[in-house]
Amino acid sequence: MLRIAKLPIAIFAVLIILFPWVAREIPAIDHYTDIMVFVGIYCLITLGLCILMGYAGQISIGHAAFFGIGAYVSAILTVRFGINPWACMLIGTAVSSAVAVLVGAPSLKLKGHYLAMATLAFGIVIFIIFNEEIEWTGGPDGMSGIPGLSLFGFAFDSAEKYYYLVWSFVILAFIFTINIIQSGTGRALRAIHASEPAAGAMGVNISKYKIIVFVYSAVLASLAGSLYAHYLNFINPSTFDLFFSIKLVIMIALGGMHNLWGAIIGSGIITFLSYEWLHYFEEFEVIVYGAILLLVTVFLPNGLVGVPGIVKGWFRR
Amino acid sequence: METISFAGQLFQYLITGLTVGSIYAMVAVGFNIIYNVTDIINFAQGEFVMLGGLIMVFFHVAVGLPLILAFPSTVILVTAVGILIDRLAIRPIRRPSVLTLIIATIALSILIKGAAMFIWGKDPYDLPAFSGRNPINFIGAVIQPQYFWVFGFLVFIAVALTFFFDRTIIGKAMSACADNPDAASLVGIDVKRMVLLSFALSAAIGAIAGIVITPISLMEYDRGAMLAVKGFGAAILGGLGSFPGAIIGGLILGSIESFGAGLVHSGYKDAFALIVLMAVLFFKPSGILGDIEISKIKRF
Repeated sequence: MLRIAKLPIAIFAVLIILFPWVAREIPAIDHYTDIMVFVGIYCLITLGLCILMGYAGQISIGHAAFFGIGAYVSAILTVRFGINPWACMLIGTAVSSAVAVLVGAPSLKLKGHYLAMATLAFGIVIFIIFNEEIEWTGGPDGMSGIPGLSLFGFAFDSAEKYYYLVWSFVILAFIFTINIIQSGTGRALRAIHASEPAAGAMGVNISKYKIIVFVYSAVLASLAGSLYAHYLNFINPSTFDLFFSIKLVIMIALGGMHNLWGAIIGSGIITFLSYEWLHYFEEFEVIVYGAILLLVTVFLPNGLVGVPGIVKGWFRR
Repeated sequence: METISFAGQLFQYLITGLTVGSIYAMVAVGFNIIYNVTDIINFAQGEFVMLGGLIMVFFHVAVGLPLILAFPSTVILVTAVGILIDRLAIRPIRRPSVLTLIIATIALSILIKGAAMFIWGKDPYDLPAFSGRNPINFIGAVIQPQYFWVFGFLVFIAVALTFFFDRTIIGKAMSACADNPDAASLVGIDVKRMVLLSFALSAAIGAIAGIVITPISLMEYDRGAMLAVKGFGAAILGGLGSFPGAIIGGLILGSIESFGAGLVHSGYKDAFALIVLMAVLFFKPSGILGDIEISKIKRF
């Protein structure tokens, strides 16, 4: 798993490029490009969460907060101050990094349940702030009129154009994340995951690496939040609630959190489930998510990317 | 409308806070029972409270059972849910790590919440108060009779648990598991059964909490998560694993929340408890009564 082959990435990139062309031709799935925009946005978050949880072994049930901070910084600065959206995106990541350091520095000293609860509490507090600071965030009604993105006069004003923008971000983040995993930082993270005392004894600066990866995951979530706000032109707090944080965990648990492909597969499946395939269940889709998460935890500890390994195991017997 | 003196108002906040705090204390005690025996933090703990309230409404209001029958039936049913959780979800996990157990109990929590929404819908449900709703005026504060039931059950749970863990053989066996599961199984204690029992017991306490609070604050399907987080906050504040700590922690947390909502900003009512939780986690994770040595030895 240490080496991630380049060929699958190339094939994946080609598939991503071709997808809208194919979807456009088939009426039944021509709106899938729109859904794929959201898949891409959630992929950005889960890639960061995957390296945080799967590789560094640090649980976070509060990443909806960073997603929300990115979205709200973009929304507030563009709508209330008329600042350039791209600059807002950068400012959003800066704010998210600062918050991640503030929250991460004390909480990453915690382990297991304590860390889970700290991030969970943090996520809910941020959610309450989105709801209550009405003069800034618009409160529960949210904010509308968030401008779209454009670059040198080229406006990303259709689902297809935005699709390519978002997925360029995803591919870049994917390659960047692979590089982190294959670098000394990645080895240090795996060492921390395997055994913190041992890693510490080998001279790995544990808290430094934990903070780095926490901030990295927060930055990706924040970018995703900005992209989300500029795509929908409207945000409200309910998008960034506790359940979204849990949904992110479901995505990487389903795909397999020890593998970056798992993040992409999980985000894809869960996003399509919630935007398309679970309409029949309406609000009872939460039961489906609970069932998926429980079954995966009990039967597929390595997620869907672990399935080929399990199947191979059957034949070897 | 008569004017309420400031002191009376403060007293009112305190009484309300202690009442809600008693519920947090019960949730925290439930956390501690499972945590002490298994090292698991059961994120679905709040769902027991929610189920307790809603099932009680079903038995007492919809079916029309008298209080004295509906109460035990509800507790038994929620206890059965606790047992099912252990048998169907916790025990089958083959390689239990802290991460997988956290995720599994979160999954259970949303499953139960979804099932409750399916059965009861999204409306909040009311339950008649046990001894009417004629408030008692006391130094300018309005006290619902139900408050006394809440305090009473908290005391009952505390006394019963003390008796159980100190004086009964099963209770001592559970304490032994908490101390050292391997040693416990060496002296012939069936650790798996103790784990099962811990889930049953903490589900029962959660159910009682849900039943006694519903006449005050109503109950709806999605209350579980917030109750769980605040109950955990109470457990952490008092020191995870300590029963007196859980009760003190719950009462303090409830009071902070009540004063915060009343004096500072009611919109941030839920945030106060969470900020306290984060502050304790960041600065003194061992809590007020928690033993630093023990929290180091515990497996995380």
